Amino acid sequence: MIALLLRDLRLAIRAGGGFGLGLAFFLIVVVLVPFGVGPETELLSRIAPGILWVASLLAALLSLDRIFALDYEDGSLALLATSPLPLEGAAMVKALAHWITTGLPLTLAAPTLGFLLSLAPEAYTYLLISLLIGTPALSMIGTFGAALTVGLRRGGLLLSLLVLPLYVPTLIFGAEAVRRGADGLDPTGALMLMAGITAGSFALLPFATAAVLRINLR
Amino acid sequence: MSMWEYANPKLFMGWTRPVLPWTFALAGICLVVGLVWGFFFTPDDFRQGSTVKIIYLHVPAALMAINAWIMMLVASLIWVVRRHHVSALAARAAAPVGVVMTLIALFTGGIWGQPMWGTYWAWDPRLTSFLILFLFYLGYIALWEAIEDPDTAADLTSVLCMVGSVFAILSRYAVLFWNQGLHQGASLSLDKEENVADVFWYPLLVCIAGFVLLFIALVLMRTRTEIRARRIRALEARAQRA
Amino acid sequence: MLTVQNLTCARGGVPVLAGVSFAVNAGNALILRGPNGVGKTTLLRTLAGLQPAVVGDASYPEDEGAYASHADGIKTALTVTENLKFWAEVHGAPLPESIFETFDLADLRDRLGGTLSAGQKRRLGLARLGVIGRKVLFLDEPTVSLDGFSVKLFADWLQNTHLAAGGVAIIATHIDLGLAAPELDLTPFKAAEGAGGGSDEAFL
Repeated sequence: MIALLLRDLRLAIRAGGGFGLGLAFFLIVVVLVPFGVGPETELLSRIAPGILWVASLLAALLSLDRIFALDYEDGSLALLATSPLPLEGAAMVKALAHWITTGLPLTLAAPTLGFLLSLAPEAYTYLLISLLIGTPALSMIGTFGAALTVGLRRGGLLLSLLVLPLYVPTLIFGAEAVRRGADGLDPTGALMLMAGITAGSFALLPFATAAVLRINLR
Repeated sequence: MSMWEYANPKLFMGWTRPVLPWTFALAGICLVVGLVWGFFFTPDDFRQGSTVKIIYLHVPAALMAINAWIMMLVASLIWVVRRHHVSALAARAAAPVGVVMTLIALFTGGIWGQPMWGTYWAWDPRLTSFLILFLFYLGYIALWEAIEDPDTAADLTSVLCMVGSVFAILSRYAVLFWNQGLHQGASLSLDKEENVADVFWYPLLVCIAGFVLLFIALVLMRTRTEIRARRIRALEARAQRA
Repeated sequence: MLTVQNLTCARGGVPVLAGVSFAVNAGNALILRGPNGVGKTTLLRTLAGLQPAVVGDASYPEDEGAYASHADGIKTALTVTENLKFWAEVHGAPLPESIFETFDLADLRDRLGGTLSAGQKRRLGLARLGVIGRKVLFLDEPTVSLDGFSVKLFADWLQNTHLAAGGVAIIATHIDLGLAAPELDLTPFKAAEGAGGGSDEAFL
């Protein structure tokens, strides 16, 4: 499993754009928002938690279709399915690799962008924590969606349509935690619930993902 | 003969043919009686005036929007466990009906909400949940449409339906957590005393029965269409091999 | 080592081969013959466990099967060594130095997968089979885009290394590999028009 993780990370770095593209997209979305809503600091500060969360969600979405598509086309996926590595494990590793290449850089970059949006100073800690425990769920749910659409020629748009509704709970709890942090309220409840979603996703979705992959490989 | 035998496509076509017109007729009678009774023979509500009468469309549609999804979930489970083709096709057939029910609930809700709350739309938990449910339906239907092989499509949409159900429930709680909302409490529950007075309650029950029957009739009809489409496909595949 | 009993396999829900039965002992190979579209690929994929059999079963020691087709799973952004090393690690096997010589890859070790020619890629794909240490190989057209010399390299490896060590190989191919292996023509097993078991059957 570590071999697969290392291979995916190496591919992400060599193929270029693995780390960079999602991050650049994140930056652009956040920069565009003030152009859309106006430059008032107060307004930006109020909507900053939501913007940061929605933007990171979209940035994570951007690279989802590459999780399995390349492996499916060049035959690696069929070879992995007949290897001693359980497909469930492979699914989890794929999600982890996706998180390391998108979720983690997004999390680390978010505070800087929060600064651009004049996020309340109290909220930075919670922004970091909520993204840190929330983005893995985005990757795992997205991996499931990518597995569903892997055999389709134009799966990209369909993938967004399937995955975005599944992102709703994570988004709500994530943005809520940051907002409560910004308002000086206690965000523990939201953070706990989001951690629950992440843990639940990683516990159950690898099985669904593997089942779906087997169906698509038939 | 076990009850599963009735799910054989040929037998299913056989027994639904005579049943279908009766179901439609019964649904029509219930809807006409319920709606006429509700619209013209019940008093105006002392607070809500005549706007309350939209309840006869809104509540049954909302109920069926959720029940359709539950029916799809059950049908998907049956397909995964017992691999009955009719089950998978019934799930496929129910989805568009569910979408329409969701839309009716959303629209009538907006029309009702305008005089009551002064707005057609608010990000109230219930309204939002229905909007999310609508998105789930769209994804489910889109996946069915996108996959060519019918059995693969049935398998994949079944998994999506199961995973989606879990996330739909999570979304419901998340939305409640997010906003407490202005929607009134449930219109229906087992102890009806608390909710709706008898005068409104009986016609509402008739309307709900009508919607349930209409849903069943539409799903049966659409399932028959799906079975015929599958049959054409199978015959064509056979003709090509010959 | 490999026993196939009364196997029916389907492509796109329609049975293509029915009643396939054969047995291959350790150290032997079997060549599958038959016109295009008869179901060689379908049979190999079914044997490898990538798709379920409609009826019947194939038995061989668990976790000993390996499938190889024209899609080699070669990553263009990884070097030849990295590609092989990855599959060795996934299978928990060592990466023997000799493999580069056997498949004439010694000069290409540090070349990126994307810069290889079709034949070189194919050799790399076949070298994977020598790395993963699986006993039962299901090979779908293994020699596509190989030149005569490379075909011989591969046949030698198959005969002198894989089969000599008690392995088994089922090979679908149109060319003569020069192996002393029995051939199985799949044409007689072609599923009859009304063959049962198709996924559409319930609708007819």
